[in-house]
Amino acid sequence: MAAALQLDRVSKTYGAKAGPQLRAVDNVSLVIGEGERVALIGASGSGKSTLIRLAAGLVLADARGAGSAAVHAFGMRVQENGRLAREVRAARRNIGLVFQQFALSGRLSVMTNVLVGVLGRISALRGSLGLFNADERRTAYAALAEVGISQHAAKRARELSGGQQQRVAIARALVQGARLVLADEPIASLDPKSAKRVMDTLVTMSRDHGIALVVSLHQVDYATAYFDRVVAMNGGRVVFDGPASRLDAAFLTELYGASAEELILPSQFAVTAPAGADARTSQTVS
Amino acid sequence: MFASNAVHRVATGTMPPPPVTPLATRLARLVLAALTVVVLVFAWYEAEMNPAQLVRDAGNMATLGADFLRPDFTYWDLYFDSMLETLAIAIWGTLLAVIAGIPLGVMSADNVVPGWVAFGVRRVMDACRAINELVFALIFIAAVGLGPFAGVLALFIHTTGVVAKLFSEAVEAIDPAPVEGIRGTGGTWLQEIIFGVLPQVLPLWISYALYRFESNVRSATVLGIVGGGGIGMIFNDTMRSFQYSQASAILIVVIITVSLLDMLSQRIRKRYI
Repeated sequence: MAAALQLDRVSKTYGAKAGPQLRAVDNVSLVIGEGERVALIGASGSGKSTLIRLAAGLVLADARGAGSAAVHAFGMRVQENGRLAREVRAARRNIGLVFQQFALSGRLSVMTNVLVGVLGRISALRGSLGLFNADERRTAYAALAEVGISQHAAKRARELSGGQQQRVAIARALVQGARLVLADEPIASLDPKSAKRVMDTLVTMSRDHGIALVVSLHQVDYATAYFDRVVAMNGGRVVFDGPASRLDAAFLTELYGASAEELILPSQFAVTAPAGADARTSQTVS
Repeated sequence: MFASNAVHRVATGTMPPPPVTPLATRLARLVLAALTVVVLVFAWYEAEMNPAQLVRDAGNMATLGADFLRPDFTYWDLYFDSMLETLAIAIWGTLLAVIAGIPLGVMSADNVVPGWVAFGVRRVMDACRAINELVFALIFIAAVGLGPFAGVLALFIHTTGVVAKLFSEAVEAIDPAPVEGIRGTGGTWLQEIIFGVLPQVLPLWISYALYRFESNVRSATVLGIVGGGGIGMIFNDTMRSFQYSQASAILIVVIITVSLLDMLSQRIRKRYI
């Protein structure tokens, strides 16, 4: 069975060839299994967002000659060697995206924003004209009910709160029939209560439908509370890949930098001394 | 306190001297001033400016003024019909331009099409804008003959260039996130435009289209003078036959119509922004 997501030796360098360059993602290989839930942690600028955008084919990896850098989702090619694959639209149908800033069309109704999820599998003409049939509308409404906001279906998306908009984005991924959801900082711009609600919705969706889930997060406590597997990035490289239980305070402090203000340590790490140093090295894939 | 401190430092000679404008800068300013005067003098003679003529021909001016103060509405129904014709020219000229301007505007926004496409379409739109409606009117009169249809075509071509530019600027200013949201679902390029771009730009586009309609009503009035139909045509006739009172009545009809339309369109535009 093909992996939900497979990244092979993927790098991304920003900046002009002559000018200053930034290697946002540096030779990362990663496999996410079907139905697996993975938290992606790391400081700002560690490459989390770029990695997610590479996985969705929204950013092209550096070209490095034949046979190198490639991204596959469920065995379908998303991109290879710095070019979008021919089958990228088909591959994307399996991938739902949830962004920090929601990425909804604010003036369109909540319902339409969710219906957009079916565009990938209906005829281009019908989709372009917005002629969604009764079945699709029922599916969309059911998805809205599942994330708990069906009462707002007729409102414009921008009238909703941040947390509600994020749940519209999740409903869109559901309607899309995505088998892998990539969420880039989905709770970074939400208040704590909405953040928890959105994380609950994401994880419940993943569990109930067997959807693989990759979520990039700032909050380490969320990563350890909701996910079994944690991937940590630093300077564009994967520096930890393993169960959340193997994370320790010393590693996290190093990961976020000694004076990191963004590090919110989960309570169990508050006083514990570094314990799993050996275990950690064995999991490191850098 | 600070002031007295400064006074003290000046008195004791410890205050550094104020900065002096460098000689080169002062010379450059002088040359610029001299050049400005030369251009103005040259333009005065080139434009045959002659204020004295206003005084010398005061008699003519008095007749003109007196006639204009007594507007003659005898042929009001003709003026009304011609005004309607002018409005019709503006309506169709604008509508055709908006229809053509939507795809052309999208195709000249370099955030949604490849750079070379945007560059090419933009140059064509530049050409449409560079040539005045009046010049297009003269060209179309040669092609389809005198009358309102030539006016419609002239407005259509020129306005297409204008709205395509305005539309594309709105597209270039959009938030790219919703577009990526559509792309992420596996939607086509056209669907990205329809569900990601259009909802963002539509209010601005409607506002721009209405604004162009307002200004096209004014342009359509002028088009008549070169033979493009509408109220401008009869205004030209009355002026040439020295019927200043009738010309005055026509101007009043134009002013009232244009003001009413501006007010109406402004009210609609406000609702969209």
